[in-house]
Amino acid sequence: MLGVGAYRTRKQPTRSDLLPVPIGEMTWTLTDHLGRSVRPADWAGRPVMVFFGFTWCPDVCPTTLSDISLWLEELGADADRMIVALISVDPERDTPDVLADYVSNFDQRILGLTGSADEVAQAAADFRATYRRVAKDAGDYTMDHTAGVFLFHPDGRFVSIIDFHEDRRFAVPKIRRTLS
Amino acid sequence: MKHFLLAAALILSAPAVMACETVTIGDLTIEHAWSKATIGAGRPGVFYVEITNAGSVDDALIGIATPAAGMPMLHETVVKDGIASMPHAMSIPVPADQNVQLSPGGYHGMLMGLTTALKEGASFPVTLSFEKAGEVTVNVDVLSLRAEGPDCADAVQ
Repeated sequence: MLGVGAYRTRKQPTRSDLLPVPIGEMTWTLTDHLGRSVRPADWAGRPVMVFFGFTWCPDVCPTTLSDISLWLEELGADADRMIVALISVDPERDTPDVLADYVSNFDQRILGLTGSADEVAQAAADFRATYRRVAKDAGDYTMDHTAGVFLFHPDGRFVSIIDFHEDRRFAVPKIRRTLS
Repeated sequence: MKHFLLAAALILSAPAVMACETVTIGDLTIEHAWSKATIGAGRPGVFYVEITNAGSVDDALIGIATPAAGMPMLHETVVKDGIASMPHAMSIPVPADQNVQLSPGGYHGMLMGLTTALKEGASFPVTLSFEKAGEVTVNVDVLSLRAEGPDCADAVQ
């Protein structure tokens, strides 16, 4: 089996290159909306749900966080041990204070995470998420970004992604599978 | 006194009712106009609405204008290969005999350069420009940042 890797070409990434690495193998450090430093090891033994976004985002991000809030309400106390985090792809504008303001509008279990440009880039690389700054008029900009919601088992294994446009009714059963 | 109470009741209930208001122009029916509260005026606001074309001629939404924002534009959220982007939409087709929704995750109005933060419970006017039907103004309800749509008895979900 080890030989398979030798035949891999750069043009055709294997499936494992496209999927997030297990939480335990991630190397990022980020800061949460309360100013606390967070590392992957802090999430050991907990189910994890992560979404990449930014607070200047008018449509996808509040919609996803509304959905996540509804899912968490439906799951109730079962989801209390779950780590639920929004990782900002716009650290320039999304300081911990800005994130604190933003996440206060949604379920209280949702953490906002940000960091330096390099720290966010490392987190995105670990999750195999992508983002790109798109210039607009007068120095303004928006961000393109991976829109799916990543789910991880308590042992750190990646479970699945809830795609932005998939039927939201399937989300809660998917999340439940990470809780047991 | 009775009239006063009735008037007071109408004013109190007005914010919740406006998004459920129906406005027509020609063969077009416009309803469920809503927006989400913003944190401050620095972030863009959003505008959602539902348009039904009961006629036999295709039309298109070609622009929006509002005193609430300096640069309102039509956008579409597109998710391709898992990546969300928000290209500017030159126009949004409103085909004959069809219902078109500007709704979360799809077409939407993006309100850049807000003149003031959009507060939950407030409302503001938006004028929609249609290629054929012309212009019509609707009242837009500002719902919470968490809202998924107005709570109208007849709302299409």
